[in-house]
Amino acid sequence: MRLYAAVAVSGFRRHATYRVATAAGVFTNTVFGFIVAYTFIALWDERPHLGGYDQAQALTFVWVTQALLAPVALMGGGFQEELQERIRSGDIAVDLYRPADLQLWWLAGDLGRAAFDLLGRGVVPLAVGALAFDLALPVDPARWPAFAFSVLLGIVVSIALRYLVALCAFWLLDGAGVNMISVLLSIFFTGMLLPLNVFPGLFGEIVRMLPWSAMLQVPADVLLGQHTGTGLAGALAFQAGWAVALLAAGRGLQSAATTKVVVQGG
Amino acid sequence: MVEVSVRNTDGPAREEAEGPGPRLLHGLRAYGLIVAMWVRSTMAYRTSFVLMAVGNFLTSGLDFVAILLMFSHIDALGGFSLPEVALLYGATSTSFGLVDLFLGNAERVGRRVRDGTLDSLLVRPVPVLAQIAADRFALRRLGRVVQGLVVLVWGLARADIAWTPVDVVLVPVMVVSGAGIFAGVFVAGAAFQFWACDASQAQNSFTYGGTTLLQYPPTVFSRELVRGVTFVVPLAFVNWLPALRILGREDPLGLPGWVDFCGPAVAAGVIALSGLAWRAGLRSYRSTGS
Repeated sequence: MRLYAAVAVSGFRRHATYRVATAAGVFTNTVFGFIVAYTFIALWDERPHLGGYDQAQALTFVWVTQALLAPVALMGGGFQEELQERIRSGDIAVDLYRPADLQLWWLAGDLGRAAFDLLGRGVVPLAVGALAFDLALPVDPARWPAFAFSVLLGIVVSIALRYLVALCAFWLLDGAGVNMISVLLSIFFTGMLLPLNVFPGLFGEIVRMLPWSAMLQVPADVLLGQHTGTGLAGALAFQAGWAVALLAAGRGLQSAATTKVVVQGG
Repeated sequence: MVEVSVRNTDGPAREEAEGPGPRLLHGLRAYGLIVAMWVRSTMAYRTSFVLMAVGNFLTSGLDFVAILLMFSHIDALGGFSLPEVALLYGATSTSFGLVDLFLGNAERVGRRVRDGTLDSLLVRPVPVLAQIAADRFALRRLGRVVQGLVVLVWGLARADIAWTPVDVVLVPVMVVSGAGIFAGVFVAGAAFQFWACDASQAQNSFTYGGTTLLQYPPTVFSRELVRGVTFVVPLAFVNWLPALRILGREDPLGLPGWVDFCGPAVAAGVIALSGLAWRAGLRSYRSTGS
């Protein structure tokens, strides 16, 4: 356990090194926040209470999205390219005979990265959004810890999913194709472009059951107070369920990969 | 200071004669050769190329799917109907897609500055900008251009337009000069990375952010923002002003009518300024030295 804590801390410190890049990222998230916020104002002007949100809630969703974009790695990234490169080059053989579990190693490292991104890239866009627009941030202090826990679960779901994508490199060697598909699905099904509760009919029902929903939509709804009481417990259980299922799938894929695949290199 | 000028007595550098005209031709020819090389290497993996191009088409189409989902709930956004928004979307996506195709990897210059591989570009007898622009040329980005064109044509066909000969000419002029403006923004962004090589992300605010902004009608945004993208970073000339003229609508700032035709002039100005910025950046380049 101490080992994985150390890996997480080094993941945090490693990403904390790139200060200029972090500032540039914050700037970009903020600019996009403004652009999307104005389009949502126009949309909610036409249809107040669309998807059960009022305008302030819709705007809060916009800025929560920008704040979580880097920590939850909604547009991919994090560790998957690095792990795929290690698989492609054969360096993975070194990782596999280390006295540490491969999945927990990358899980810990990316949790450290996510923690830094939450502080470094999450706080400022949300604060700017709150200053520039009328947001529906909760005054009830109990809702913030629930939000924090929900974000943590969202990050674990995201890591578990990207771990599966990364392991595809054992069979495909080049991960570019699966990464592209993975980003495509993530952009659309997390609700990054449009909240999932705006998606119409049966399609919307299905989309809200998928794992991507646990990455952004559920944490945002927890913050907005859409889930209370047993509903809140249900929402968190939904996230935890996907986290466990995907981590288990990652384990299965990992053992399949390590028993069957011949490592590259020579 | 690394200031290399190559005057070989043989090889292609010989053609690099004095004066801007032949130099430009030489740069373009070199650009074409590097691009052809990358296309040949892409075509070695044909299936992969087709899949990536389709993926590119779909990824860039997601923005439009979001707009379609919005319009499943509403009839007009900021007073604009779906075909009208499609026209705006298609115009900026096509312009942006063209630049992304031809210059897209210029944003990698920061990485080259950081790891010192820019040095090897400096000693080759080809303008650095041509090499940077053609670096890892990705033909799959044609997917984005095609997607933009499809939406543009659909928007033009379905929107309620009283066509005049001027409008017919204005459509291609809009797409080409829009691409020119974005090209200037890309080159300026690349030049900026000579000073802040880790800040390549900030460029995305103006490139990807710019095209996202222009996909929506100007009436959606605050007046200050519209002023900013008209007078400071003149993105409004990419599609807003010419498209509003084609649609027969007033522009929200109430500018005189001839401004709608200024796209090509604005593009030329932006390109000239970004060219100067690029030169200044390249002159200030110091190698990592190891």
